Amino acid sequence: MKTNRPPRPATGAPRPAVRAPRPPARGLRPAVRGLSIGLLTLLFLAPFYLMLRNALMESAALTSPEWTWWPDVMRWENFTALFDDPALHMGQALGNSLLIAGITAPVSTLLASAAGYALARIEVPGRGVVLALVVATLMIPGSATFLPTFVVVGSMGGVNTLWGLIVPGLFNPFAVLLFRNFYLRLPREIEEAGRLDGLGRLGLYGRIALPTSGAMLASLGALSFIESWNAFLWPLVIGQDPSAWTAQIALSTFLTSQTINLPGLFAGAVVTIAPLVAMFLIAQRYIVEGIATSGLKG
Amino acid sequence: MTTASDTTARAARAGSPAAVPRGPAPARKRRTDRRAWGAFLLLTAPVLIGLGVFKYVAIGWSLLLSFSEAEGTIALGDWVGLDNYRRLFADPAFGGSLVQILLFTLAVVPVTFASSLGLALLVHRVRRGRAVVRTAFLIPTAVSYVVASLLWKMSLFNGLPAGIANTVGGWFGMEAVPWLQTTEPPLFWIALITLRLWLQVGFYMVLFLAGLQAVPKELYEAAALDGATGWRLLRRITLPMLRNTSVAVLMLQFIAAFQAFDEFYNLFYGGISGTSSAPVQTPLLHLYNTAMGAQNYGLGSAGAFVLTALIVLVTLAQGRITGFGRGEE
Repeated sequence: MKTNRPPRPATGAPRPAVRAPRPPARGLRPAVRGLSIGLLTLLFLAPFYLMLRNALMESAALTSPEWTWWPDVMRWENFTALFDDPALHMGQALGNSLLIAGITAPVSTLLASAAGYALARIEVPGRGVVLALVVATLMIPGSATFLPTFVVVGSMGGVNTLWGLIVPGLFNPFAVLLFRNFYLRLPREIEEAGRLDGLGRLGLYGRIALPTSGAMLASLGALSFIESWNAFLWPLVIGQDPSAWTAQIALSTFLTSQTINLPGLFAGAVVTIAPLVAMFLIAQRYIVEGIATSGLKG
Repeated sequence: MTTASDTTARAARAGSPAAVPRGPAPARKRRTDRRAWGAFLLLTAPVLIGLGVFKYVAIGWSLLLSFSEAEGTIALGDWVGLDNYRRLFADPAFGGSLVQILLFTLAVVPVTFASSLGLALLVHRVRRGRAVVRTAFLIPTAVSYVVASLLWKMSLFNGLPAGIANTVGGWFGMEAVPWLQTTEPPLFWIALITLRLWLQVGFYMVLFLAGLQAVPKELYEAAALDGATGWRLLRRITLPMLRNTSVAVLMLQFIAAFQAFDEFYNLFYGGISGTSSAPVQTPLLHLYNTAMGAQNYGLGSAGAFVLTALIVLVTLAQGRITGFGRGEE
């Protein structure tokens, strides 16, 4: 059920059998257009190629003036070396990142959906005030609050802990708003059937409303996973000890502390983006939808 | 099909109040009220408590800290009035960081805006393989600033004579330069802007593509019958129809650029000297150094409030000027 799509404008007259004239096709000749798109695509993908090539090269070959398109001997040991070096903490950092993003994405999305449902569908006095309190936090730019949040989390002993890394990111007012808009458009009669079956308000949410928002949960969940995995400032502030490093922090520390082990750096970059690229290719449809819905209403 | 099912849904909704038995008894009403409250609180409590603690309490505490002498402590009590704010504005480094982030924003926002709009217009016309092309442009949005900085610093703009940027520069007769360290002329800006462009352009392209898809085809057909072509269609139909999307994209880009931190930190951080040797400081970097480096939480809080106020003000002003959120014109 695609209730989250606005109905298409009705076109009164039936479609003509002949194909409508092509929308504007002048300006750029198709061949030029195709060529420029092809070149741009290559340009945008080139950094990925560089990353992989550099990760598999020998250190000396990487800085030599002689250009190599692809190493003759691929040095996969550059990757295993990442995990053998105890100073890098790469294995633990990747585990931390996986745990943090793996908890943040589903939990923050579900919490937002629950609050969004209540704000859309449960009529109680004072609901407007609650909504206003949620919306007001949207005005505050995210990163500038790293210090206020640090003060609170620090006072609760959250520095260098996993909960300190995770919990402040679980409450997403923007997602609450998106879910509220979604549930506002949910047809009442869908719930009516459940009410006749004797479901209470929580049952209506859990059994009826929540399952209809599967696509939305997937979209916002995927975006949340990416955001959480790529977060930098907050993990930098709160995860000071190597035991609390995320993959981004481990890589950043590796990058800013040395410029010698170049293939190692690129291998680290490949390892750090691999989970996201894989997820991206699998869940692309949801991610595109998520960007389109969440971006436009921002 | 969509239209038909929607109509039935609307008809059913219109008729539904009569179908629902309303319990008029006051006692029962109160009980449902309490039930409703219970459910409402249960569903909203986690988010409300979370936002309460990590936003409202945090910001309140920090506001009080900004009026306190709080070096190496987050305890309140040593009130100094507006001293922290005075110190902040007297510090040329903070003022300089504001100027530089403004320059950065003015450079990166138009470039990203034009590129994402241009890409969307190109990709929108692609008939075969559109998904592949879209993926190619979108996949960098899954890359973190750390990884992108690593690539830019160590590969593309690494300053080696055989580095990519220097090779390309060589085709145009440029001499090899250390890009990230060259401040006269400020070549490091090119690295900064291209990095953010690569990471973000696909995201905004998707927003524009969604906007383009919402433009009714009939508009083009009618205009084409009137003999309008190419640029005129773009100027008269496409761009006006993308107005709301454009305003949203501009706002998102501005807010993101003004809070830039990650790439500046990772491109310019140099071991023991920290970020002090960086050719450019952003306000957030300055705050980070003040709060996490010097552990002056009072001064840092004051800076956080100034920065927040600036962003909120510009957002509001932009909303006012462009009439965003006013709905239909």
